[in-house]
Amino acid sequence: DTGHSHPSTLNDRLLIKGGRIVNDDQSFHADIYLEDGLIKQIGDNLIVPGGVKTVEANGKMVIPGGIDIHTHFQMPYRGTTTVDDFAQGTKAALAGGTTMIVDHVIPDPGCSLMEAYDQWRQWADEKTCCDYSLHVDITHWNDSVKQEVDSLIKEKGVNSFQVYMAYKDYYQMSNSELYEVFSFLAERGGIAEVHAENGEIIAEEQARMLQMGITGPEGHVLSRPEELEAEAVFRAITIASQTNCPLYVTRVMSKSAADIISQARKKGNVVFGEPITASLGTDGTHYWSKNWAKAASFVTSPPLSPDPTTPDYLNTLLSSGDLSVTGSAHCTFSVAQKAIGKDDFTQIPEGLNGVEERMTLIWDKAVTTGKMDENMFVAVTSTNAAKILNLYPRKGRIAVGSDADLVIWDTDSIRTITAKTHNSAAEYNVFEGMELRGAPQVVVCQGKIVLEDGNMHIISGVGRFIPCSPFPDFAYKRIKARKQLAVLRAVPRGMYDGPVSEFSLSRGGTPSASARTSPTKQPVRNLHQSGFSLAGPPITPDDIPIRPAGRRIVVPPGGRSNITSLS
Amino acid sequence: MSTTGEVPAFFKSMGSDSPSRPRQKFCGMFCPVEGSSDSKTLDFDALSACRGKSDGRVIDRQTDISQPRKVEIRESTGKEALQNLDDKRSDRLLIKGGKIVNDDQSFCADIYMEDGVIKQIGENLIVPGGVKTIDAGGRMLMPGGIDVHTRFQMPDRGMVSADDFYQGTKAALGGGTTMIIDHVVPEPGVSLISAFEQWREWADSKSCCDYSLHVDITEWHKGIQEDMEALVKDHGVNSFLVYLAYKDVFQLSDAQVYEVFSVIRDLGAIAQVHAENGDIVAEEQQRILEQGITGPEGHVLSRPEEVEAEAVNRSVTVANQTNCPLYVTKVMSKSAADVIAQARKKGTVVYGEPITASLGTDGSHYWSKNWAKAAAYVTSPPLSPDPTTPDYLNSLLSCGDLQVTGSAHCPFNTAQRAVGKDDFSLIPEGVNGTEERMSIIWDKCVVTGKMDENQFVGVTSTNAAKIFNLYPRKGRIAVGSDADLVLWDPDVTKIISAKTHHSTVEYNIFEGTEVRGGPLVVISQGKIVLEEGNLHATEGSGRFVARKPFPDYVYKRIKARSRLAELRGVPRGLYDGPVCEVSVTPKTMTPSSSAKTSPAKQPNQPVRNLHQSGFSLSGAQTDDNIPRRNTQRIVAPPGGRANITSLG
Repeated sequence: DTGHSHPSTLNDRLLIKGGRIVNDDQSFHADIYLEDGLIKQIGDNLIVPGGVKTVEANGKMVIPGGIDIHTHFQMPYRGTTTVDDFAQGTKAALAGGTTMIVDHVIPDPGCSLMEAYDQWRQWADEKTCCDYSLHVDITHWNDSVKQEVDSLIKEKGVNSFQVYMAYKDYYQMSNSELYEVFSFLAERGGIAEVHAENGEIIAEEQARMLQMGITGPEGHVLSRPEELEAEAVFRAITIASQTNCPLYVTRVMSKSAADIISQARKKGNVVFGEPITASLGTDGTHYWSKNWAKAASFVTSPPLSPDPTTPDYLNTLLSSGDLSVTGSAHCTFSVAQKAIGKDDFTQIPEGLNGVEERMTLIWDKAVTTGKMDENMFVAVTSTNAAKILNLYPRKGRIAVGSDADLVIWDTDSIRTITAKTHNSAAEYNVFEGMELRGAPQVVVCQGKIVLEDGNMHIISGVGRFIPCSPFPDFAYKRIKARKQLAVLRAVPRGMYDGPVSEFSLSRGGTPSASARTSPTKQPVRNLHQSGFSLAGPPITPDDIPIRPAGRRIVVPPGGRSNITSLS
Repeated sequence: MSTTGEVPAFFKSMGSDSPSRPRQKFCGMFCPVEGSSDSKTLDFDALSACRGKSDGRVIDRQTDISQPRKVEIRESTGKEALQNLDDKRSDRLLIKGGKIVNDDQSFCADIYMEDGVIKQIGENLIVPGGVKTIDAGGRMLMPGGIDVHTRFQMPDRGMVSADDFYQGTKAALGGGTTMIIDHVVPEPGVSLISAFEQWREWADSKSCCDYSLHVDITEWHKGIQEDMEALVKDHGVNSFLVYLAYKDVFQLSDAQVYEVFSVIRDLGAIAQVHAENGDIVAEEQQRILEQGITGPEGHVLSRPEEVEAEAVNRSVTVANQTNCPLYVTKVMSKSAADVIAQARKKGTVVYGEPITASLGTDGSHYWSKNWAKAAAYVTSPPLSPDPTTPDYLNSLLSCGDLQVTGSAHCPFNTAQRAVGKDDFSLIPEGVNGTEERMSIIWDKCVVTGKMDENQFVGVTSTNAAKIFNLYPRKGRIAVGSDADLVLWDPDVTKIISAKTHHSTVEYNIFEGTEVRGGPLVVISQGKIVLEEGNLHATEGSGRFVARKPFPDYVYKRIKARSRLAELRGVPRGLYDGPVCEVSVTPKTMTPSSSAKTSPAKQPNQPVRNLHQSGFSLSGAQTDDNIPRRNTQRIVAPPGGRANITSLG
C-alpha cells in the first residue's frame, strides 16, 4: 500500500541544522538528518554524506508536521463535488504546515463500504501531495456492512469508523444500531467516531423554522441549537461506555458539548473530542450576515455557535487536555453550489474551509495567548492524532526512524487570512480578515522541501496511503483492562419451587420488559444443571462475584439456597 | 437629633448599670417602639413555631419515648365512638393545641373542620356545641401526604398488581398519605379516554382517599392527541407520562416525544417521563441473558444507571427545545439526579421525583440468594447497587434539587414474580412504598437534620399539590382547604415488616428498617381514619379530584419564555448569482439534512420571491433589535450588504 518510488535520491537527503526540536513531551536543540523520507539521525555534529542539502534553522522550532484528522476533499454532493479536490486540498494543507490528512469515505446508504473505499483510494492516490489515511463512515448497518467493516480493519488499514446521529432518514442510526456498531468495533479494535447531533429533533425544528418563513442560513443554526449537540454527545458517551468502546467525537462546536466530553473524561470514559479550525477560530454570528453568500459559507453541522465566547472556551479546553485533537472538517463549496439552498436553508450544502489555517490559528489563539506551550501545540495538532490512529511514532514525532514530515515554525510571522491569497478554490474564507501570528517557514514532506520562502514545490500524486492498524494502545490499553474486569456472574440460587402465576404470553402492556427479549432467546434450561456455564466455573456461595469496574456493589446479605423462603 | 457631645439616650445606661437589669435597646432602626406591643393581643411567641409554649414539652417527649402517648379525643355529648362516619356531626372536628406545619411556616393554632373542609384556624375559635375535639398536645399537624405516583390494581399480562385501590389507599392512609395520584396505563391500541374511564371505575368503587390520575402515552398518533385534549378539557387530567424505555411496547422515538411535548405545552399540562434508554436496555438484556444470567441481578446489570441518566438528559433537551415543563418520575440514581440538578441550574423547568424505594434502600439486594426476595426489588429504573445512593438522593431532596416524592407502589406477590423465574426480563416490575413514604423521609431527612419540618411538608405534599394544580385545596392547612390532615408524632419508632404492613404482598423491601416518626392521627375528608393504630377506611369514599391545566407554579415561567421565543428571519436581497445544477435524485448526497425533513412536511417548500413575502410571519422587519431565544446569545453580525452575491 505504500508504493511510490522517488526518482531523485539526492534530493532525498536533507540536513536541518541549528533547529530546536519540539515534540509533544520536550524541546531540545539538535540537528536532523533525513534520507529516503525517513529521519536517520538526530544529534549534534552528525556525520552525513557530502553534497547534502542543508537548511539552517537558526534556532527556530522544528515540529512534526501537522496531521489534519478530518477532511472532506473531493466529496461528491448531488452530482457535483466539493471545490477542493485531493490535489488542491493537500496543497492547502501543506501550505499551512499539515503534512498528513485523514479523509472521510462516505458510502451512500445501501452501497458497499468496500467499493466506496476503493473509489476514495483511487481519487486520493491520483492526486494527493502528502500522505493520507482514511476514515470510513458507516451510513447503514446490517450483516454485510459488518463483514465489510471487518475486512476493512483486517486488510485495508482502516481503524476508525464514523456513525451519524443526525441526518434523519438518511445517515442517522438508531440507538440500537449504535450499540451494535460500537460493540463490534470494540471487539475488533476500531475507534468509533460519531457525528453527534440529535437528528430527530433537528428535523422537527427545521420544519418549524421553514413554517415560520425563516429560509436563510440563520435558520440553519436556529434549527440546530447547541443543546442538541450536547445531548447527542451525552448519548454517544453512554452507549460507548456501555459497550466499552473508545469514542471519538468529531466536530466539537459548542461549549456544552465540550463540557460533556470533559465531564465524561473525568469520570474515566475513553472519549476524545475534536474541535475544528472553525470552532476554534470563529463563531456563528455570521449566519445573520446580510450577505447571503457569506452567511451560507459558514454553514456546517453542527453549526458554529452564535455565542462569541465559544472559540476562547474551546481553546481553553484544548489546552487543558479535555479536548484531544484538532481537525479542519475542510469541505468547501463554491457560492453557486451553496446557492442550491438559496430558498431553503436545509438544502445548503454543508462544510467550510480550515485545512490551511488550522496550525496558524491554534498557534495564535492558544500559544501566543499563553493557554498552551509549544509541546502541547505539537500534541493537539499532530501527536495525539497519530496516537489515536495508531500511526505513532511513525507520524507525530521527530525521532530516528520516523517519517521525515517536518515543519520549521516561524513564531514571529504575521499574516492576514483572506480568500484572495488562500490555496483553497473557494470564494469565501470563514476566517477572512483575521490577523494571525505564527506560520510555517519551511515544510518538509516525505523528506522533500515542499514549502520554502513562501514558494510551494508540490507534486500531485506522491501522497501515500498510510494504513492504520487496529487496537491503538492510546485508546485500547484502558479498554482491554476494563474488559477483563467486566465479566458478569450470575448468582447461584436454588430452583424456584413455589407457585407461578398464570400470565398471557401476548403482552398486556405493562412496564415490564418481557416482549423485547425475543422468544428465541428465552432460556428453557434447568437452572440447577447448566445455569452458569458461560460464567466460568461455578462459584461457591462465598465468592463475591466480579462486577464491572465502576459498579460498586455491597455483598448482599447472606442468602439462603431455597429461593422460596420468605425472609 | 442630638447636639454634638451629647451621648444618645440609649448609650447612657450601657454597661454601667447593675447586671440584674438586662440591657435593652429601644428606638433603634430594627426595634419595635417601646411598649408598642403591650396592649396588643398578638402573641408573637405562639405564632413563631410555639416558642416558649411547648419548648419544655418537646424535650419532655424526646426523653420519654418508651411510653406511648395518647391523643385525647373528647366529645361533649359523651359519645364514645370516634369513627362514626355516618353520624352527621362527626364531620365537625376541632383540633386544639396543635402546631400547624405548612411548607412555609409553623405556628400554633386550633383548627375547626366541617363538611370535609377547614373552616377556621386560630385561637379561641367559636365552634358549634357537640363538636368532637382532638387535643393535639402541641404536636405537629401537617397537610396529609400526597403520593404522586402509584400503580394500584395495574394490569400486567393478565395479572393485576397485588394491591388494588382499596388495599393501596388503605396502606397510604396508614402511612399518613391522604391523596394518591395513580397512573392510567392504556394498552397500545386502546383509546386514552376508555382506559381513563376504566381506571375511574376501578378507583371510584374502591378508593378510600381522594385520588387523581395521570395518563400514560403508550403510542402516538392523531387520535391520541385528540384524546389528550379531551382529557385536559373535560376530564381533569393535566399530566401525561411518556416512556423512553420498553422498546417495541411503550417506547416513543425522540421525534414522537418532541411532538407529544409540544402538544402538552399547548394544552398546559405536565410532561412526565419514564427515563431509561430502552434501546440500550434491550441490547444489554439480550447480552446478559446470553451470558446465562437469568436471575434478578440481571435486571440491574442490564439497566445501569448511566442509561437512566442519558434518558433524563435527552428528555431535558427535548423539553427545553419545546419549552415544555418536564417531570421525571422515579429518580433512582445519583447520576440521574445530578442531571436534573444541573438542568435546573441552567433554568430548565424540570422536576424530579425520587421514590420511597430509592430514598430508603439500595440495589444490593438483587444479589440476594433468596430469589423471591431479590425479585421483590425489581422495578425500573432499578435501585442503584451503590449503597450511598439513598443518602445522596435525600440530600438533593432536602436542598430542593429534587422536589416531590412518590412511591411508585406497584407490588406483585411472589407467585406473580415467579413468572420470570427463568428470565429476569419477564419479572413483573414494581415495589411497595406508599405506606412507608412519609416515615422513611422523616427518618432519613428530618431526623438527620437534612431538612426541617416545613421542607418535609413541601416534599411530601405541598410541592406535589403545586405542580399538579391542586394547591391550596390540597397540600396546605388553610381556611378553605380540604380537611386532609396528619397529626405527626416525630418520636414514635416502628420497625417496618411485611408482617404488619397494610399491603397484601409477602415481601416488604424495607423489611427490618427501623424508622422514627409516624402518623398518630390521620384525617381524610374531615373524618378520622387512623387513630391509635386503628385504621377505619371506607371503601369507595375517595373522590376523584379534577386538575386544571396551566398550573401557575409551573407555567408562569413557561409562558414568559414562549413570549420571548419568537424567531425572525434576516431580510436579504434576492440572490441573483449562479446556482449549481443538482441531480434530481439526491443519490450521492452529503451530510446535508435535506432528506430528513420528511416529504410530507415539505409541501411549503419556498418557491416564492424573497423580496416580497420572505418574512411575513416575523412582523416588523427592522434588522436591529431582533428578538431571539433567550438561551442564545447572539452578537449583532457585522453589517451586511443588500446584494447577497457580493463576495465579502
